[in-house]
Amino acid sequence: MCATCGCSGTIDGLEPHHHPHPHEHDHPHDHAGSTVRLERDVLAKNDRLAERNRGWFAGRDVLALNLVSSPGAGKTTLLERTIRDLGGEVRVSVIEGDQETAHDAERISAAGSRAVQINTGKVCHLDATMVAQALVELDPAPGSLLVIENVGNLVCPALFDLGEAARVVVTSVPEGDDKPIKYPYMFRGSHVMLLNKIDLLPYVRFDVDRCLAYAREVNPHLAIFQVSATRGDGLQAWYGWLRGRLAVRGPFAPSAVH
Amino acid sequence: MHELGIAQEVVGIVAEASRGARVTRIVLEVGRLAAVLPDALRFCFDMATEGTVAEGAELEIVEIPGLATCRACGGSVTLDRPFGRCVCGGSDLEWLSGEELRIREMEVA
Repeated sequence: MCATCGCSGTIDGLEPHHHPHPHEHDHPHDHAGSTVRLERDVLAKNDRLAERNRGWFAGRDVLALNLVSSPGAGKTTLLERTIRDLGGEVRVSVIEGDQETAHDAERISAAGSRAVQINTGKVCHLDATMVAQALVELDPAPGSLLVIENVGNLVCPALFDLGEAARVVVTSVPEGDDKPIKYPYMFRGSHVMLLNKIDLLPYVRFDVDRCLAYAREVNPHLAIFQVSATRGDGLQAWYGWLRGRLAVRGPFAPSAVH
Repeated sequence: MHELGIAQEVVGIVAEASRGARVTRIVLEVGRLAAVLPDALRFCFDMATEGTVAEGAELEIVEIPGLATCRACGGSVTLDRPFGRCVCGGSDLEWLSGEELRIREMEVA
Protein backbone atom coordinates (compact mmCIF):
# COMPACT_ATOMS: atom_id res chain seq x y z
CA MET A 1 0.00 0.00 0.00
CA CYS A 2 1.18 3.51 -0.78
CA ALA A 3 2.22 5.28 2.41
CA THR A 4 1.41 8.69 0.96
CA CYS A 5 -2.18 8.23 -0.04
CA GLY A 6 -3.23 4.81 1.19
CA CYS A 7 -4.11 3.59 -2.33
CA SER A 8 -3.75 -0.12 -2.84
CA GLY A 9 -2.58 -0.25 -6.43
CA THR A 10 0.48 0.80 -8.31
CA ILE A 11 0.78 3.08 -11.30
CA ASP A 12 2.64 1.58 -14.25
CA GLY A 13 3.87 -1.11 -11.90
CA LEU A 14 6.10 1.34 -10.05
CA GLU A 15 6.48 1.16 -6.26
CA PRO A 16 6.92 3.81 -4.88
CA HIS A 17 5.01 5.64 -7.50
CA HIS A 18 4.33 9.21 -8.50
CA HIS A 19 1.00 11.00 -7.90
CA PRO A 20 0.33 13.85 -10.31
CA HIS A 21 -1.03 16.87 -8.39
CA PRO A 22 -3.55 19.40 -9.64
CA HIS A 23 -1.84 22.22 -7.76
CA GLU A 24 1.39 24.15 -8.19
CA HIS A 25 4.15 23.95 -5.65
CA ASP A 26 5.28 27.56 -5.63
CA HIS A 27 4.07 29.63 -2.67
CA PRO A 28 3.68 33.37 -2.29
CA HIS A 29 6.09 33.25 0.66
CA ASP A 30 9.68 32.10 0.52
CA HIS A 31 11.04 29.20 2.50
CA ALA A 32 14.44 30.75 3.06
CA GLY A 33 13.50 31.41 6.69
CA SER A 34 13.28 28.88 9.45
CA THR A 35 10.43 27.22 11.29
CA VAL A 36 10.37 27.76 15.05
CA ARG A 37 8.44 25.26 17.15
CA LEU A 38 6.58 27.18 19.87
CA GLU A 39 3.88 24.97 21.46
CA ARG A 40 2.66 27.93 23.51
CA ASP A 41 -0.81 28.24 24.99
CA VAL A 42 -2.28 31.54 23.89
CA LEU A 43 -3.98 32.21 27.23
CA ALA A 44 -1.00 31.08 29.31
CA LYS A 45 -0.20 34.60 30.48
CA ASN A 46 -3.73 35.18 31.79
CA ASP A 47 -3.77 31.72 33.38
CA ARG A 48 -0.47 32.42 35.14
CA LEU A 49 -1.71 35.74 36.48
CA ALA A 50 -4.98 34.11 37.56
CA GLU A 51 -2.99 31.56 39.56
CA ARG A 52 -1.10 34.41 41.18
CA ASN A 53 -4.43 36.02 42.14
CA ARG A 54 -5.62 32.67 43.48
CA GLY A 55 -2.55 32.44 45.67
CA TRP A 56 -3.09 36.00 46.88
CA PHE A 57 -6.69 35.13 47.87
CA ALA A 58 -5.61 31.94 49.63
CA GLY A 59 -2.90 33.80 51.54
CA ARG A 60 -5.46 36.26 52.85
CA ASP A 61 -8.22 33.74 53.31
CA VAL A 62 -10.44 35.71 50.92
CA LEU A 63 -13.29 33.89 49.16
CA ALA A 64 -13.35 35.29 45.62
CA LEU A 65 -16.33 34.76 43.31
CA ASN A 66 -16.59 35.62 39.62
CA LEU A 67 -20.18 36.78 39.02
CA VAL A 68 -21.23 36.58 35.37
CA SER A 69 -24.43 37.01 33.35
CA SER A 70 -25.86 38.77 30.34
CA PRO A 71 -26.54 42.51 30.80
CA GLY A 72 -29.61 43.13 32.93
CA ALA A 73 -29.93 39.70 34.54
CA GLY A 74 -29.75 41.27 37.98
CA LYS A 75 -26.15 40.78 39.15
CA THR A 76 -25.90 44.16 40.86
CA THR A 77 -29.33 43.93 42.47
CA LEU A 78 -28.45 40.45 43.77
CA LEU A 79 -25.20 41.82 45.18
CA GLU A 80 -26.90 44.80 46.84
CA ARG A 81 -29.36 42.47 48.52
CA THR A 82 -26.65 39.98 49.52
CA ILE A 83 -24.53 42.76 51.04
CA ARG A 84 -27.51 44.09 53.02
CA ASP A 85 -28.51 40.64 54.27
CA LEU A 86 -25.06 39.22 55.03
CA GLY A 87 -23.15 42.39 55.81
CA GLY A 88 -23.41 41.68 59.53
CA GLU A 89 -21.78 38.24 59.13
CA VAL A 90 -18.96 38.79 56.68
CA ARG A 91 -17.16 41.74 55.16
CA VAL A 92 -17.91 42.02 51.48
CA SER A 93 -16.01 43.97 48.87
CA VAL A 94 -16.68 44.17 45.15
CA ILE A 95 -14.77 44.67 41.92
CA GLU A 96 -17.17 46.05 39.32
CA GLY A 97 -16.47 45.50 35.63
CA ASP A 98 -18.34 47.52 33.01
CA GLN A 99 -17.37 49.01 29.69
CA GLU A 100 -18.30 52.49 30.95
CA THR A 101 -19.68 54.38 34.00
CA ALA A 102 -19.25 53.92 37.74
CA HIS A 103 -22.98 53.38 38.29
CA ASP A 104 -22.60 49.88 39.71
CA ALA A 105 -19.76 50.77 42.09
CA GLU A 106 -21.91 53.64 43.39
CA ARG A 107 -24.80 51.24 44.00
CA ILE A 108 -22.53 48.82 45.86
CA SER A 109 -21.10 51.64 47.99
CA ALA A 110 -24.63 52.77 48.81
CA ALA A 111 -25.44 49.20 49.91
CA GLY A 112 -22.57 49.40 52.39
CA SER A 113 -19.59 47.68 50.76
CA ARG A 114 -16.28 48.87 49.42
CA ALA A 115 -16.12 48.75 45.64
CA VAL A 116 -13.66 49.46 42.87
CA GLN A 117 -14.94 50.13 39.37
CA ILE A 118 -13.00 48.90 36.34
CA ASN A 119 -14.01 50.39 33.02
CA THR A 120 -12.87 48.02 30.32
CA GLY A 121 -13.55 50.43 27.44
CA LYS A 122 -13.62 48.38 24.27
CA VAL A 123 -12.83 45.13 26.05
CA CYS A 124 -15.75 42.75 26.58
CA HIS A 125 -14.51 40.91 29.69
CA LEU A 126 -12.33 41.24 32.78
CA ASP A 127 -8.97 39.49 32.77
CA ALA A 128 -6.60 38.46 35.55
CA THR A 129 -4.39 41.53 35.10
CA MET A 130 -7.30 43.94 35.59
CA VAL A 131 -8.31 42.09 38.75
CA ALA A 132 -4.74 42.16 40.10
CA GLN A 133 -4.61 45.92 39.57
CA ALA A 134 -7.99 46.43 41.24
CA LEU A 135 -6.86 44.36 44.25
CA VAL A 136 -4.08 46.86 44.98
CA GLU A 137 -6.67 49.61 45.38
CA LEU A 138 -9.43 47.55 46.98
CA ASP A 139 -7.21 45.65 49.42
CA PRO A 140 -9.93 43.25 50.67
CA ALA A 141 -9.76 42.40 54.36
CA PRO A 142 -8.48 38.98 55.45
CA GLY A 143 -11.33 36.50 55.85
CA SER A 144 -13.69 38.55 53.68
CA LEU A 145 -15.84 37.80 50.65
CA LEU A 146 -14.78 39.38 47.37
CA VAL A 147 -17.24 39.41 44.50
CA ILE A 148 -15.90 40.25 41.04
CA GLU A 149 -18.87 41.38 38.98
CA ASN A 150 -17.81 40.73 35.41
CA VAL A 151 -18.88 42.63 32.30
CA GLY A 152 -22.44 41.65 31.33
CA ASN A 153 -21.68 39.15 28.58
CA LEU A 154 -22.33 35.40 28.40
CA VAL A 155 -19.63 34.74 25.81
CA CYS A 156 -16.20 36.31 26.31
CA PRO A 157 -15.74 36.15 30.12
CA ALA A 158 -16.02 32.35 29.87
CA LEU A 159 -12.44 32.17 28.59
CA PHE A 160 -10.71 34.23 31.22
CA ASP A 161 -9.83 32.78 34.59
CA LEU A 162 -9.56 35.55 37.17
CA GLY A 163 -8.25 33.39 40.01
CA GLU A 164 -11.67 33.01 41.62
CA ALA A 165 -12.67 30.10 43.87
CA ALA A 166 -15.98 29.68 42.03
CA ARG A 167 -17.86 31.17 39.13
CA VAL A 168 -21.50 32.08 39.69
CA VAL A 169 -23.69 32.60 36.62
CA VAL A 170 -26.97 34.51 36.89
CA THR A 171 -29.69 34.00 34.30
CA SER A 172 -33.13 35.52 34.56
CA VAL A 173 -36.69 34.67 33.60
CA PRO A 174 -37.23 37.44 30.98
CA GLU A 175 -34.16 36.25 29.05
CA GLY A 176 -35.84 32.98 28.09
CA ASP A 177 -35.42 29.41 29.27
CA ASP A 178 -32.80 28.31 26.73
CA LYS A 179 -29.87 30.51 27.79
CA PRO A 180 -27.85 27.59 29.25
CA ILE A 181 -27.83 25.71 25.95
CA LYS A 182 -27.34 28.86 23.85
CA TYR A 183 -24.28 29.92 25.82
CA PRO A 184 -22.97 26.54 26.96
CA TYR A 185 -19.36 27.55 27.66
CA MET A 186 -20.38 29.96 30.36
CA PHE A 187 -22.70 27.47 32.08
CA ARG A 188 -20.26 24.60 31.72
CA GLY A 189 -17.50 26.54 33.47
CA SER A 190 -19.67 27.76 36.34
CA HIS A 191 -20.18 26.21 39.78
CA VAL A 192 -23.46 27.90 40.65
CA MET A 193 -26.42 29.04 38.57
CA LEU A 194 -28.87 31.51 40.02
CA LEU A 195 -32.16 31.65 38.12
CA ASN A 196 -33.21 35.18 39.00
CA LYS A 197 -36.48 37.15 38.72
CA ILE A 198 -38.71 34.14 39.44
CA ASP A 199 -41.28 36.66 40.70
CA LEU A 200 -41.93 37.38 37.01
CA LEU A 201 -42.85 33.76 36.16
CA PRO A 202 -46.62 34.47 36.12
CA TYR A 203 -46.12 37.14 33.45
CA VAL A 204 -43.50 35.62 31.15
CA ARG A 205 -43.53 32.45 29.06
CA PHE A 206 -40.71 30.53 30.73
CA ASP A 207 -40.46 26.77 31.33
CA VAL A 208 -38.44 26.33 34.54
CA ASP A 209 -38.05 22.57 34.05
CA ARG A 210 -36.74 23.05 30.53
CA CYS A 211 -34.25 25.69 31.69
CA LEU A 212 -32.95 23.42 34.46
CA ALA A 213 -32.74 20.44 32.10
CA TYR A 214 -30.65 22.47 29.64
CA ALA A 215 -28.41 23.65 32.45
CA ARG A 216 -27.87 20.11 33.72
CA GLU A 217 -27.21 18.80 30.23
CA VAL A 218 -24.42 21.33 29.79
CA ASN A 219 -23.12 20.96 33.35
CA PRO A 220 -24.41 18.11 35.54
CA HIS A 221 -22.47 19.50 38.53
CA LEU A 222 -24.12 22.95 38.70
CA ALA A 223 -25.62 23.99 42.03
CA ILE A 224 -28.87 25.72 41.04
CA PHE A 225 -30.91 28.20 43.09
CA GLN A 226 -34.15 29.85 41.97
CA VAL A 227 -34.31 33.34 43.40
CA SER A 228 -35.85 36.77 43.20
CA ALA A 229 -33.27 39.35 44.23
CA THR A 230 -35.96 42.03 44.54
CA ARG A 231 -38.63 40.06 46.42
CA GLY A 232 -36.27 37.79 48.33
CA ASP A 233 -37.52 34.36 47.20
CA GLY A 234 -34.93 31.58 47.45
CA LEU A 235 -32.16 33.79 48.77
CA GLN A 236 -31.72 31.76 51.97
CA ALA A 237 -30.54 28.79 49.88
CA TRP A 238 -28.03 31.03 48.07
CA TYR A 239 -26.82 32.41 51.40
CA GLY A 240 -26.55 28.85 52.67
CA TRP A 241 -24.23 28.01 49.79
CA LEU A 242 -22.17 31.14 50.49
CA ARG A 243 -21.94 30.34 54.21
CA GLY A 244 -20.82 26.82 53.37
CA ARG A 245 -18.04 28.11 51.14
CA LEU A 246 -17.00 30.70 53.70
CA ALA A 247 -16.88 28.05 56.43
CA VAL A 248 -14.49 25.70 54.65
CA ARG A 249 -11.78 28.29 54.10
CA GLY A 250 -8.99 29.31 56.35
CA PRO A 251 -5.95 27.64 57.86
CA PHE A 252 -7.98 25.93 60.58
CA ALA A 253 -10.68 24.57 58.30
CA PRO A 254 -10.49 20.81 57.74
CA SER A 255 -10.52 21.14 53.94
CA ALA A 256 -7.56 23.48 53.98
CA VAL A 257 -5.38 21.21 56.14
CA HIS A 258 -4.72 18.64 53.43
CA MET B 1 -15.56 39.50 20.34
CA HIS B 2 -12.70 38.10 22.43
CA GLU B 3 -11.03 36.93 19.22
CA LEU B 4 -9.35 40.33 18.81
CA GLY B 5 -7.77 40.03 22.24
CA ILE B 6 -6.68 36.50 21.41
CA ALA B 7 -5.19 37.59 18.08
CA GLN B 8 -3.28 40.32 19.92
CA GLU B 9 -2.03 37.76 22.43
CA VAL B 10 -0.84 35.52 19.57
CA VAL B 11 1.00 38.44 17.98
CA GLY B 12 2.57 39.35 21.33
CA ILE B 13 3.87 35.81 21.85
CA VAL B 14 5.34 35.40 18.35
CA ALA B 15 6.84 38.90 18.39
CA GLU B 16 8.64 38.10 21.62
CA ALA B 17 9.81 34.71 20.36
CA SER B 18 11.00 36.00 16.97
CA ARG B 19 13.38 38.52 18.60
CA GLY B 20 12.85 41.12 15.95
CA ALA B 21 12.88 38.79 12.93
CA ARG B 22 9.98 39.11 10.51
CA VAL B 23 7.31 36.45 11.08
CA THR B 24 5.92 35.09 7.80
CA ARG B 25 3.65 32.30 8.95
CA ILE B 26 1.91 31.23 12.17
CA VAL B 27 0.35 27.84 12.78
CA LEU B 28 -2.35 27.95 15.44
CA GLU B 29 -4.17 24.95 16.92
CA VAL B 30 -7.79 25.74 17.77
CA GLY B 31 -9.90 23.05 19.42
CA ARG B 32 -13.52 22.59 18.42
CA LEU B 33 -14.48 23.16 22.08
CA ALA B 34 -12.25 26.20 22.64
CA ALA B 35 -15.01 28.85 22.41
CA VAL B 36 -13.01 30.58 19.70
CA LEU B 37 -14.30 31.00 16.16
CA PRO B 38 -11.56 30.44 13.55
CA ASP B 39 -13.27 32.81 11.10
CA ALA B 40 -13.50 35.59 13.67
CA LEU B 41 -9.86 34.99 14.56
CA ARG B 42 -8.81 35.30 10.90
CA PHE B 43 -10.88 38.47 10.65
CA CYS B 44 -9.03 40.01 13.60
CA PHE B 45 -5.60 38.71 12.68
CA ASP B 46 -4.69 41.34 10.06
CA MET B 47 -5.79 44.10 12.42
CA ALA B 48 -3.70 42.67 15.26
CA THR B 49 -0.55 42.19 13.14
CA GLU B 50 -0.58 45.67 11.60
CA GLY B 51 2.63 47.51 12.38
CA THR B 52 4.23 44.47 14.06
CA VAL B 53 6.91 41.96 12.99
CA ALA B 54 4.03 39.66 11.96
CA GLU B 55 2.43 42.12 9.55
CA GLY B 56 1.50 40.26 6.37
CA ALA B 57 2.10 36.85 7.96
CA GLU B 58 0.02 33.89 6.85
CA LEU B 59 -2.24 32.42 9.56
CA GLU B 60 -2.83 28.68 9.37
CA ILE B 61 -5.46 27.33 11.75
CA VAL B 62 -5.43 23.62 12.55
CA GLU B 63 -8.74 22.55 14.08
CA ILE B 64 -8.50 19.90 16.79
CA PRO B 65 -11.55 17.62 17.24
CA GLY B 66 -13.42 17.40 20.53
CA LEU B 67 -13.08 14.07 22.35
CA ALA B 68 -14.50 13.09 25.70
CA THR B 69 -14.94 10.13 28.03
CA CYS B 70 -18.32 9.38 29.61
CA ARG B 71 -17.97 9.43 33.41
CA ALA B 72 -20.90 7.01 33.71
CA CYS B 73 -19.75 4.16 31.46
CA GLY B 74 -16.24 5.08 30.31
CA GLY B 75 -17.26 5.20 26.65
CA SER B 76 -15.67 7.56 24.12
CA VAL B 77 -17.71 10.49 22.80
CA THR B 78 -16.89 12.81 19.91
CA LEU B 79 -18.04 16.39 20.46
CA ASP B 80 -18.36 19.25 17.99
CA ARG B 81 -20.11 21.50 20.52
CA PRO B 82 -19.52 21.91 24.25
CA PHE B 83 -22.13 19.39 25.37
CA GLY B 84 -23.44 16.07 24.23
CA ARG B 85 -24.51 12.61 25.24
CA CYS B 86 -22.85 9.25 25.37
CA VAL B 87 -24.68 6.31 23.77
CA CYS B 88 -25.44 5.18 27.36
CA GLY B 89 -27.40 8.43 27.89
CA GLY B 90 -24.82 10.03 30.18
CA SER B 91 -24.11 13.75 29.79
CA ASP B 92 -21.36 13.97 32.42
CA LEU B 93 -18.38 14.03 30.10
CA GLU B 94 -14.70 14.49 30.80
CA TRP B 95 -13.13 16.41 27.94
CA LEU B 96 -9.91 14.90 26.63
CA SER B 97 -9.21 17.18 23.70
CA GLY B 98 -10.76 20.06 21.83
CA GLU B 99 -9.97 22.95 24.20
CA GLU B 100 -6.62 23.71 22.58
CA LEU B 101 -5.71 27.29 21.83
CA ARG B 102 -2.02 26.94 21.13
CA ILE B 103 0.61 28.37 18.82
CA ARG B 104 2.24 25.31 17.30
CA GLU B 105 4.97 27.01 15.30
CA MET B 106 5.97 30.04 13.31
CA GLU B 107 8.12 30.72 10.31
CA VAL B 108 10.57 33.61 10.44
CA ALA B 109 12.26 35.25 7.45
